[in-house]
Amino acid sequence: MIKVEHLTKYYGDFLAVDDLSFEIDEGHVYGFLGPNGAGKSTTMNIMTGCLSATSGHVSIGGFDIFEEADKAKRLIDYLPEQPPLYMNETPTEYLRFVGEAKGLRGEELNAQIESVIRQVRIEGVKDRRISALSKGYKQRVGIAQALLGNPKVIILDEPTVGLDPLQIIEIRDLIRQLGQDHTVILSSHILSEVQAICEKILIIAHGRLVAFDAPDQLERSLLGTNEISFTTDAPAERVRAILAGLKHVFDINVSQPENGLVHTKMQTNAKDIYDTSRKVFFAFASREIPLLELNLKKASLEDIFIELTESTPDAGQTEDEQAAGESEANDQ
Amino acid sequence: MTAVLKHELRNYFHSFTAYVFGAFLLAIVGFGSMLYNLQAAVSNFEYVLSFGSIVFVVIVPILTMRVIAEDRRQKTDQLLYSLPITTTQVVLGKYVALLAVYLVPLAIISLYPLIFAQFGDVYLPTSYGSLLAIFIMGAALIAIGIFISSLTDNQGLAAGVCIAVILFNYYSVSLSEYVSSTAFGSVVALAVIILALGAIVRYLTKSELLASGVCVVLFALVVLVYFTDYTKFEGLLPNIMKQLSLFDRFTTFVSGVFDLTAIVYYLSVAAFFLFLTVQSLEKRRYN
Repeated sequence: MIKVEHLTKYYGDFLAVDDLSFEIDEGHVYGFLGPNGAGKSTTMNIMTGCLSATSGHVSIGGFDIFEEADKAKRLIDYLPEQPPLYMNETPTEYLRFVGEAKGLRGEELNAQIESVIRQVRIEGVKDRRISALSKGYKQRVGIAQALLGNPKVIILDEPTVGLDPLQIIEIRDLIRQLGQDHTVILSSHILSEVQAICEKILIIAHGRLVAFDAPDQLERSLLGTNEISFTTDAPAERVRAILAGLKHVFDINVSQPENGLVHTKMQTNAKDIYDTSRKVFFAFASREIPLLELNLKKASLEDIFIELTESTPDAGQTEDEQAAGESEANDQ
Repeated sequence: MTAVLKHELRNYFHSFTAYVFGAFLLAIVGFGSMLYNLQAAVSNFEYVLSFGSIVFVVIVPILTMRVIAEDRRQKTDQLLYSLPITTTQVVLGKYVALLAVYLVPLAIISLYPLIFAQFGDVYLPTSYGSLLAIFIMGAALIAIGIFISSLTDNQGLAAGVCIAVILFNYYSVSLSEYVSSTAFGSVVALAVIILALGAIVRYLTKSELLASGVCVVLFALVVLVYFTDYTKFEGLLPNIMKQLSLFDRFTTFVSGVFDLTAIVYYLSVAAFFLFLTVQSLEKRRYN
């Protein structure tokens, strides 16, 4: 559905997006995750035609966003970080303008306006001035705008920022609902949010794609530091000997027996932590040594996120430069 | 384009803009008609228009200051970029809406000569020729205002710059009598103009190479002409100022000549500044 190829964007000398390539299929809710200043908004702005790329291509459903902007833009809709609302209009007036600009007319326009108003649940405020609405409602009007014209892809840039917890839950439910008929791409720097809603996650840092997978896959495969601990009643030397025969385990730490029980902790860098725990289980079971307790401590998405995004690829880039680039990016 | 047009029109008539603009224009023209046509009992309506043309210094900025600056301030420009309409359509939609707002008071004003004709001898062709000319001149000024508005996200700044530009244009003929008419003075003035042109090129393209290239070529040309035949530069500056003045050309219509050159000039100015506005908006995507 969306194809991003070797996308690069410079703001002056600052490299905001660095040779980014990925593909997004139809359906699903995608999470676009990265720390502030990672290039999320820039990438989204380019994907929706609001910004030009320094080099590289973006195509939506086969149409280049710059060469065939008209066709591409009909497939994709965008809610920027700050909802682009005309404050002195009512939601109905505002939606009418957006709908007309998207080429809807007459009966179809009215029907669609009504249906999106119902979908984002703003019936109660549809004739009040947008400037008088709460932040949550403004956000909904913004989403309603993106839904008009029934686009295949909806891009939401940090849709829950600044909302209260209840509104966050409502907006998340709404996004999940949208994911049933649309491809939704949602950016966030809040990890739990992405984990809760998204089926696939793109992690971006310093303008580069560092990971792209389903959340549980990411947890399972990306980081080598998963911890396995277990308790047996075999002697410590015996435990060490058995573990020595296993692959992908290291940092083995066997405690002195306490009340006849030995606690063991170790790290595994296997691709699948369950694979290692299975081997540990059978290694002991085949020798008729019971494992009284077996615990896995998986690297959480949080650990992965920190690990992936904190490593600085460009040693020459200082914090100051990043901050400057961020503020510049915000000015756009 | 119609979507933007309808949206802008609704906006103007829902807010004060259209009414303040119309009230200003009607007030000054009404005042002028009272002075000239009623009290002085002159039957030439075009004198009133000539007298009233100073009002553009105030009303054009009122009309155009928010047109693009406001979109930038409340970030709705991002919506306009992401909608399946081109920047040209956006600018044209906004421009036509402004022209429509401008036409409403003019339509009312266009009844005045007919009314006066009931009570005396009014030469209608001159009246309506001047009215048409003032409409087209206003259209050119509005295009300049739109361009200024597209350069900033601050409405006040846009209005201020717009007032300064139109005021300068209004008085440029009177000023031209005081500026140096020597060849050297003209060269200095040309240098300033070339530098300003370079700054605009630099702003729109972000390319220092292109901007300095344009400057160097133009400078070379000026120097070359200066050393081959410097008499060409004598009186050039006052001449340029007279030529650039939109208001000066309007006086021709008032004296009863329908000057097609002036109409073409007005239309070219409007088209040029609308083009610059589109470029200025497009440029925001390419920075």
